[in-house]
Amino acid sequence: MSTVDFRAELAKAGANVDSRWSALAFFARRYPLGAIGAAIMALFVFAAIFAPLITLYDPLTTNASLSLARPSAAHWLGCDFMGRDVYSRIVYGARISLAVGIGATLLGGGIGVLIGLSSGYFGGWLDLAAQRLIDILQSLPLIVMALLMAASLGPSLHNTIIAISIALIPSSARVVRASTLSLRELQFVEAARAIGMSEVRIAVRHVLPNTLAPLIVLGTAQLGATILIEATLSFLGLGVPEPHPSWGRMLSESAAEYVRTAPWLVIFPGLAISAVVFGTNLLGDAVRDILDPRQRG
Amino acid sequence: MGSYLVRRFGLMVLTLFGISVIIFVMLRVAPGNIADILFDAAGFVDPSEKKAIMVQLGLDKPLVVQYLTWIGGLLHGDLGYSYVSDRPALAEILPRIPVTARVAGLALVFAVLIGVPLGVVSAVKQNTKLDYLLRVVSLSGLSLPAFWLGLLVLMAAVAWFGTIPIYSEAPKTFWAALGMYSIPAAVVGFRSSALMMRLTRSSMLEVMRQDYIRTARAKGASERVVNYRHALKNAVLPVITVIGLEAAFLLGGLIVTETVFNIPGVARFLIEAIRWRYYPIVQNIIMYIAIIVVLINFTVDMLYAALDPRIKYSE
Repeated sequence: MSTVDFRAELAKAGANVDSRWSALAFFARRYPLGAIGAAIMALFVFAAIFAPLITLYDPLTTNASLSLARPSAAHWLGCDFMGRDVYSRIVYGARISLAVGIGATLLGGGIGVLIGLSSGYFGGWLDLAAQRLIDILQSLPLIVMALLMAASLGPSLHNTIIAISIALIPSSARVVRASTLSLRELQFVEAARAIGMSEVRIAVRHVLPNTLAPLIVLGTAQLGATILIEATLSFLGLGVPEPHPSWGRMLSESAAEYVRTAPWLVIFPGLAISAVVFGTNLLGDAVRDILDPRQRG
Repeated sequence: MGSYLVRRFGLMVLTLFGISVIIFVMLRVAPGNIADILFDAAGFVDPSEKKAIMVQLGLDKPLVVQYLTWIGGLLHGDLGYSYVSDRPALAEILPRIPVTARVAGLALVFAVLIGVPLGVVSAVKQNTKLDYLLRVVSLSGLSLPAFWLGLLVLMAAVAWFGTIPIYSEAPKTFWAALGMYSIPAAVVGFRSSALMMRLTRSSMLEVMRQDYIRTARAKGASERVVNYRHALKNAVLPVITVIGLEAAFLLGGLIVTETVFNIPGVARFLIEAIRWRYYPIVQNIIMYIAIIVVLINFTVDMLYAALDPRIKYSE
């Protein structure tokens, strides 16, 4: 099992690890694609945090006279049917994507960790029950499970996060269970038991931290998928509702009509989704190569 | 092997029971029951008529009875009644199955023909410029939302040919059908080929690290023979075993692509049913999807056990 020890790994690889910046520079040289991904993600997070500072218009203010206005100096990416500035909506939309992406990944991952850790560590009937639950949750494709949950809960920002997180539970539960199964046989667990630590404490303090590496790999890989699912749900009208500026929602139903009349309404939100998901995927691959060398491809 | 099959079959039935309960419960807690929705649509509320509809739909019975009635109907092919089109749901779904199957089949052909060879090339030429290029292409295939890719294709068609190639009427000849379905199939297939390429590449790299590959090289086999005879054969098996994953991915692409291209398939029907909040039909279609996925995984497990002599099932 690999633990997360950047410094030692870096020193072994011959990097100058005196400062944080030189370590970063080393990563950037070693994983150029990962660095591009990280840069895209940084831009995305920056846009989400500083949205009011880098936009001129309110993303929700409608203006009938600007309905379907073409891209211009005043409105760089044009305006939508309601006359709302597309650039502002895309920048503010980063907040929605980030909230759903991180929220659902953490929530689903957290529940998955709880299930995986307890079933892997304690075994017995708990493990059997957990495995059946995972099987059941996995019998529907990710997107269909998210659709079912979203249809059931109704469209709202919170419900979208919950719906997607339920679909994400099985993968993290499986990853944590698999590492826990091998970790619990190791000597440091026995040693902790010998000094009288309680089982729950061993599981949380000693086993859990050692499952972090595969979890981080999974989490980065899932972040992109989560953002994509949110966009898809919103596109279908089942995710984040109006007036929130969700990228998927901006492309919804009438998109096929705008293909002919207002292509800027189709191109830019889609470009934003693709760029961010591409960034997370690049970053995810690099994180996997760094933390889980056995899977390196 | 025999006892493994029985045990695996039992687990499959248990899983299907579990997911059927989840689907049933989730759609019961969904906001607004069908009687309310029908009455909202009609615009007036007469409590006695509403009660009559609830009785007719069996909504007044206990949940367990409703569940058993649903499962019974499902097993007999009774999928309920579509109030939107005023026809039995089965009559609505049956003609849509071949449409979806054609698009899915074409997309699968596309995904395998593109994804597997490129994945092999990418692995054989690992860490060359070609490999980097192919990896970026496959990664972008996984990053583009399926619906956006579909919209871009529509946009390109408008720009170059001045028409939108969306489904307007049923194609009459084989070639018309091929033309009609191949564009959405290519859109779905491109994304699936990206996944296929990544899986093939990593599986191939895994195999190329094995001792028997070194042995093959040591005995003087040519690079070609080593790569294609020894490595590829062993690398294909793991790619087949995740076909359930691939099918699920393909389905995800189909749901939105059918909507974008206006194709009258099952996936779009599911979305329409959700939009109309016609949950009896949603419930049935999702249950059928679960059955298909679980059956595919069961078949793959059985095939795997039969094909790979290294796997023993003694539990």
